Amino acid sequence: MSTDIEAGLLQPEALAEAVKDAAAIIAAASNLEALAAAKSATLGDKAPVSLARRAIGSIPGKERGEAGRNVNAARTEITGLFEAREEILKAAEAARILREETVDVTARTARRREGARHPINVQMDRIADLFVAMGYEIGEGPEVELEWFNFDALNIHPDHPARTMMDTFHIADGKGEYGSNMVLRTHTSTVQIHTMLTQEPPIYTVAPGRVYRTDEVDATHSPVFHQTEGLVVDKGITMADLKGTLDHFAKSVFGAEAITRLRPSYFPFTEPSAEVDVWFAAHKDGPRWIEWGGCGMVNPRVLRACGIDPEVYSGFAFGMGVERALMLRHGITDLRDIIDGDVRFPAGLKVEE
Amino acid sequence: MRIPVSWLAEYAALPEDLTTEALDAALVEAGLEVEEVEDLRGRVTGPLVVGRVASIEELTEFKKPIRHCWVEVGEAEPRSVICGARNFAEGDLVVVALPGAELPGGFKIGSRKTYGRLSDGMICSARELGVSDDHDGIIVLEGGTVGEDARPLVGLDDVVFELAITPDMGYCFSVRGIAREVAHRLGVAFTDPAAKAVEPAATEHPPYPVRVETDGCSRFTLREVRDVDANAESPEWMAKRLTQAGMRPLGLAVDVTNYLMLELGHPLHAFDRDALEDVMVVRRAKPGETLKTLDDVERGLDPEDMVITDGTGPLSLAGVMGGQTSEVGPTTRNVLIEAAHWNPTAIARTSRRHKLTSEASKRYERGADAGITLLAAQRAADLLVEYGGGTLVEAVADIDHREPATPIAIPVDLPSKTIGVDYDRSTVVAMLEAAGCTVDGDEVLTVTPASWRPDLTDPADLVEEVARLHGYGHIPSSIPRAIAGTGLTSSQRRRRRVARALADTGFVETYTFPFVSRERADELGLDEKDPQREAVAVLNPLDDAAPLLRTTVLASLVNAVRLNLARGAKDLAVFEEGLVFQPAEGWSDLEVVELPVSKRPEDEAIAAAIRRLPVQPRHVAAVLCGQAVPAGVDAPGRIVDWADAVEAAEVVAAASGVKLEVAQGEAAPWHPGRCAELRVDGAVVGHAGELHPEACERLGLPRRTAAMELDLTALPLPDLAPAPVISHFPATLIDVAIVVGETVPAGEVEAALREGAGELLDSLRLFDVYRDPKLGEGKKSLAFKLELRAADRTLTNEEGVAVRDAAVAVAAERFGAAIRE
Repeated sequence: MSTDIEAGLLQPEALAEAVKDAAAIIAAASNLEALAAAKSATLGDKAPVSLARRAIGSIPGKERGEAGRNVNAARTEITGLFEAREEILKAAEAARILREETVDVTARTARRREGARHPINVQMDRIADLFVAMGYEIGEGPEVELEWFNFDALNIHPDHPARTMMDTFHIADGKGEYGSNMVLRTHTSTVQIHTMLTQEPPIYTVAPGRVYRTDEVDATHSPVFHQTEGLVVDKGITMADLKGTLDHFAKSVFGAEAITRLRPSYFPFTEPSAEVDVWFAAHKDGPRWIEWGGCGMVNPRVLRACGIDPEVYSGFAFGMGVERALMLRHGITDLRDIIDGDVRFPAGLKVEE
Repeated sequence: MRIPVSWLAEYAALPEDLTTEALDAALVEAGLEVEEVEDLRGRVTGPLVVGRVASIEELTEFKKPIRHCWVEVGEAEPRSVICGARNFAEGDLVVVALPGAELPGGFKIGSRKTYGRLSDGMICSARELGVSDDHDGIIVLEGGTVGEDARPLVGLDDVVFELAITPDMGYCFSVRGIAREVAHRLGVAFTDPAAKAVEPAATEHPPYPVRVETDGCSRFTLREVRDVDANAESPEWMAKRLTQAGMRPLGLAVDVTNYLMLELGHPLHAFDRDALEDVMVVRRAKPGETLKTLDDVERGLDPEDMVITDGTGPLSLAGVMGGQTSEVGPTTRNVLIEAAHWNPTAIARTSRRHKLTSEASKRYERGADAGITLLAAQRAADLLVEYGGGTLVEAVADIDHREPATPIAIPVDLPSKTIGVDYDRSTVVAMLEAAGCTVDGDEVLTVTPASWRPDLTDPADLVEEVARLHGYGHIPSSIPRAIAGTGLTSSQRRRRRVARALADTGFVETYTFPFVSRERADELGLDEKDPQREAVAVLNPLDDAAPLLRTTVLASLVNAVRLNLARGAKDLAVFEEGLVFQPAEGWSDLEVVELPVSKRPEDEAIAAAIRRLPVQPRHVAAVLCGQAVPAGVDAPGRIVDWADAVEAAEVVAAASGVKLEVAQGEAAPWHPGRCAELRVDGAVVGHAGELHPEACERLGLPRRTAAMELDLTALPLPDLAPAPVISHFPATLIDVAIVVGETVPAGEVEAALREGAGELLDSLRLFDVYRDPKLGEGKKSLAFKLELRAADRTLTNEEGVAVRDAAVAVAAERFGAAIRE
């Protein structure tokens, strides 16, 4: 290539032409690969602006300054065009990849089994939480009990009519006969006795747990079911305290509108005794009073059997069925759904709202 | 107890405008639970009138005899009615349902042609009207006005309440008791039905010679009626009330005793006097004596049973049921009426011993009113004379051993202090008097309960009477101030975490009844000497096939698995947390320790008593079958295997904050080669793995079912945990493959590596098990990834290699392991 020709490249017209050509080449690049070729053609060693830069040495010294500025300006312009095009093509490329990676997000199958807790246990945990928030502790006791804990200490002596009212599972003695003096507990009230024997008042305890009666399974009965026992023993405890505590409890289980009603009743271990009814506005057959459980002031005889002086302390106790509340709240009509072990019940009933 | 409102109204002055709902509410507030309200007024709708049979034409051309009657019903003309019954005559007053009436069961009366005649109404029987089960033909009325509403005449103008009576309100097993409660509640007058008779004085000679030789009978009275028609039909009013109360009229003498028992709450017994021989003796039964009671059962008597006897032996099981020999029968002319008061406990025991509950025993057990014993006998005699036409014998027996009632001392402010309502003195006194008590005293009241309230023995009983009779509705609502609680215990928190963790890992929580069959131990494949065979038995199981209490949760949890499989489930992962029952060592030889109730038992006595209780640890068990990972669009799924069960146990351990040691184990019901023994600090706490194929077969579970069971109670509660050291330096990663004999457990190689690597080891993970003949016969290669890290520096390569070599050295020494090149 002659020096003249190279010098010709330094002419402003030629540089303008080079920029114009470069713009066309760069614009024509439709992807990043083509753009790399375009870069080589417009800014590479053999590109006009590169050749022009090299030609600067061949021209007179006083002209070099201006020529250099012209070449640089042209090169800068082409670089700008390239970078702008590169940005556009990179964005297009990224968009294309994302587009190609698109999946049908509904074409998915679960990768793990779905587990669930049993609603009865969840319900008991929630009851425990409510009372823990009021300062109570959670009491426990065995399910096979000495008769003394299940009956005698609760003022149900061997000939008491209430002892026959309760349909009790008796434990066979060593010879398979009556007389082991042990039963499957018929109520969680046994925990009252354990608690009072091992703790000094003030006592604030609830005991959710499993109990047993000889009822055949049907839509509303089960030989194995759950209760929540409550026991408070302190100075100056009144039946009004019991009523207030039950009101609070009822609102948590049945909703803010729930109110309670005490009806005179009889339990050997409480005196006075009452049945608790709850006004359940959301009942599926319309608002109504429903039976919820039993309660009363701890019978002084029970306090004495546990070594607590009834002249100093008084207390209240209550016992509520867990299944019944769950059935009412969720409109369950058949208890067997809860107890028969079908996994679809826990999996389908979400109670942890 | 069923009670018609009309009977109640005889003794409680019920307001004219009292609605059924208001009466219902009053009963409930008194503590009488209303089980059912039966409104008889709506039982028959439409015209039901008194008719007079004007004429009867016998139609004989049909298969059965039919009557065509003309019946006057107060209209211009008599109506033509066809009737199949024959127990009435021309001129009789009958009950006629006219067209438009509807009888129970939706039976609509119309005008229709039958047997060739018009039947323009129906002459009714008691059964057709739903009055009683009596189907002995149609009702012939004793009186009434033709054309008037017949409902009041047959008892269809009433409302019957069925009440549940609590054991402390024995006196409410009577119209007398219920009327007293309702009258108080409504603030209306009460008339005591006992006042209908005057108590006679005992005469020198009794109507029949009698001796009382037991302390279980505090009062024994006799009256006698001679030449009475003991089997006369009872008056209509009495029969109607008995029927409404749910009893069948059987004849005058029996009906009168039943009627008075319902009205007064005091049981009575009628003897055929002429069937008795020698002296009547009231005593305990002698060994070997028997009695055939009215329910036709021959009963062997216990020396604790009280009996009424004559020269021939026991006549009646006192207070419970009469015997057959001395019952009032068709030929009875002379009736001896016995009214007695029996010890409630003795009656309860006899009733339980013979599994025989009667209307009488129910009342005596809860305490009848010994104050009206003779009055009740007197009224029975009066009614027999009035309706059976006999003469009352003047002689009266009244053997009276009653103790005077014990007064109860009660501070006048005890009710207020207990209930939280400010009752003033006059209210307390008024309420106690309303309960029938006599009250004396000022600051401390001396209260003597009425003879019909034997349940009132303690100050607390009187507190209840004050609160109840004043009304529970007045009790305000307050909440005791919060106390300084400590929340859930760590074992309670652990239970929740365990359940939550398993649920979050895809297990569904369930619970099963803890009752298992005797065969379950064999099905599980338990060894003959396996301690898990030692189980506690229920004496009276609901299902005779499942009398034992489980000793493992798995023993009953498999039932839930089976149920789900039977309902079509295939992929299951279930768990249960619950108690198991292990007989205490030698419990059946330990003496039963009697604990007192009058005071706190001694700690040693409680401990000795409790020693007989089964040990009842809490276990958690899980069962898996089918797919562990569901098959889906992107994966083929994975079938459950032994490792899933071990992992479930590890989920429990992690939630409990303990580290499980896993070792090769062997225990039923697991597969002998696929059972992991789980230990914590060296102690066995459970097992996990695949179940034994034969156990699966016997239990009806799919092959390859996996399971685990852990004794939660045996897991130590975590101590205060030290904080981890977090190194900010990079880790050095080294893989090492180790060749060992086939029988060497990977877990033990891992433990050896861990031990040898020392504290620079950050983590260690088995990532490959490789077998190849090139390794040598009976060899396998275990590949581990070691992550090494120091707290204070970046480890050099030399240090990393040194740790690796130290780790391998221990494994080499222990198992002859070599690094695979």
